[in-house]
Amino acid sequence: MKNKMMKQARSGSTGGTSAKLWQLRLYVAGQTPKSLTAFSNLKTICENHLKGRYDIEVIDLLEQPQLSRGDQILAIPTLVRKLPQPVRKIIGDLSDTERVLVGLDLRPAN
Amino acid sequence: MKNNGHKSTSPAAHLPKCPTGIQGLDEITNGGLPRGRPTLVCGGAGCGKTLLAAEFLVRGAMQFGEPGVFIAFEETEAELKANVASLGFDLTGLVRRKKIVLDHVYIERSEITETGEYDLEGLFVRLNLAIDSIGAKRVVLDTLEALFAGLPNEAILRAELRRLFRWLKDKGVTAVITAERGREQLTRHGLEEYVSDCVILLDHRVHDQIATRHLRVIKYRGALHGTNEFPFLIGDEGLSVLPITSLGLNHKVSSGRISTGIPRLDAMLGGRGFFRGSSILLTGTPGTGKTSVAAHFAQAAARSGDRVLFFSFEESPNQIIRNMHSIGLRLEPLVERGLLRFHAARPTLCGLEMHLATMFKEIAAFQPAVVIVDPITSLLVAGTDSETKGMVTRLIDFLKGNQVTSFFTSLTHGGHALQQSEIAMSSLMDSWLLLQDFEGNGERNRVLYVLKARGMAHSNQVREFVISNRGIDLVDAYIGPGGVLTGSARAAQNSLERAALLSDQQEAAQLKREVERKRTALERQISGLRADYETEALELRRIAKQVGTQTRLKSAERMELGRLRQADVSVATGARGNAKPKSKQ
Repeated sequence: MKNKMMKQARSGSTGGTSAKLWQLRLYVAGQTPKSLTAFSNLKTICENHLKGRYDIEVIDLLEQPQLSRGDQILAIPTLVRKLPQPVRKIIGDLSDTERVLVGLDLRPAN
Repeated sequence: MKNNGHKSTSPAAHLPKCPTGIQGLDEITNGGLPRGRPTLVCGGAGCGKTLLAAEFLVRGAMQFGEPGVFIAFEETEAELKANVASLGFDLTGLVRRKKIVLDHVYIERSEITETGEYDLEGLFVRLNLAIDSIGAKRVVLDTLEALFAGLPNEAILRAELRRLFRWLKDKGVTAVITAERGREQLTRHGLEEYVSDCVILLDHRVHDQIATRHLRVIKYRGALHGTNEFPFLIGDEGLSVLPITSLGLNHKVSSGRISTGIPRLDAMLGGRGFFRGSSILLTGTPGTGKTSVAAHFAQAAARSGDRVLFFSFEESPNQIIRNMHSIGLRLEPLVERGLLRFHAARPTLCGLEMHLATMFKEIAAFQPAVVIVDPITSLLVAGTDSETKGMVTRLIDFLKGNQVTSFFTSLTHGGHALQQSEIAMSSLMDSWLLLQDFEGNGERNRVLYVLKARGMAHSNQVREFVISNRGIDLVDAYIGPGGVLTGSARAAQNSLERAALLSDQQEAAQLKREVERKRTALERQISGLRADYETEALELRRIAKQVGTQTRLKSAERMELGRLRQADVSVATGARGNAKPKSKQ
């Protein structure tokens, strides 16, 4: 029972200006409030900072538990930046926008 | 779980156990770890936590048909496989046969950014997947504390751990969680707070540069357990805990006998030597011939077809064979025939636990009927007195349990043969022989006596112990007013006795000769007398004859005179007869 909100969100490369496509993967386990918060926070951040060049894949581990091994998922929710390299992991409901931006290398840590 | 804490009546019956298959541990815990509950194994670095956990899983999968999941936080699958391969466990094969799932959970704090609320559902999902994929009954989390290093938010982590342990219980798996020993508490992050059913503490202590591992069951809720600290070993075949107290005194006993190889010593021991399956201690000061007695015993036993395992902690096998050759023992044919095996090791080579493990392994492999340890005291340097005693106890129990006759030599120092360690050890022994030096007359001599021999009439005599190129012999020591005489003093005493005997004999011969002489003299006297008598008798006969003739002559003369004088008729008629010879004359 996947929530409509948490379907794959894709924003096509509308601008086409940046060649860099951001591939993000959000691991959740069922429709928990934390997961929903994380997804909406992620959407907001991507729309604000990566408009048109991001790709979010939501993986529900309750449905595909075997995928938890590949990315070494322990905490839920976990956001994995698959591309660009290197791989980054951000855990939590992404409510701390500043830290998310730092974690995604969208803003240098200071 | 809370109910169990208050139950006091026969808790073992109510609490199902999950056998670990680890030698000794199941005995201490009366059957294993609490089934369906988590057990905490804590200890410092390198004390064998991971190996214990891995063996629990492997044995579960191999011996008890319980598949297991190993979640490794610190080692990768490949590392883990390599590590337990050293214990002879084929983890790869078990994984292939779907008996065990290995999962390496990698967590690196520097790669993780924390942004708000989260939980560890991912870990739960992985665990659940792993358990369900093979129907696991056992789970190992090694080392869960890596989470504390990897995840910054301790409050969340603690809440999740609490949930994890509850979840594991609900899942019904028997779990082993390992944790590092903390400074103030059992574990560095206080995991004992969550795992309250069973806590096992491992320890690796160094004493006099020799390390010994110890295991202690600190807590076992709702069950009886041994509370002592037990030494344990990590050997080629996994862990083995060596419980001293858990071994019972209920081994079978044999009334069969085995020769000591020294006929007169057999005679001292009720005529037939030691009991089979008994333990014998031979103590002596340096150079009293302990190894020689041991070698005699070894040779005799091996010649009668028993397998003999000789642990030497002082000499190399070749040295023993050569030295024993000089007293007429031929050990090498027995070695070649596979009846006698030597195992030589320096006592300082490794700790006591390793020695014991090696000895157990050798004994298990060779299946001897006789085991000789020469000398057991060498192992004292490898451990403390109490440890050695514990080790000897375990060794004796093990050997007795297997009906193996054990012969231990023990070196004592100084003039006094009875020392602290022997007294402590001797109570474990069935027979105790003592070799002692006697110094005096400018020489040292050895004596042997049987201090005790349980269950047999034995000689109370002190025997002199003589080693020659034909082997050992026991000679009656001379016990005189000045004490026991040995060696040349005994020889001198012997020659004194011989001299006395000789003089006695000479005296007797003298007397005999005297008697003979007297008899001859007497006989001579008798024959002289007889000769005299015969002479006299002859003379007497001659005289008598002469007298008779004269009488006849006289009466003839009288008759003649009568006739001439016209004597009366009667006289004349009476004399007529007598007158006849006259006519002849």
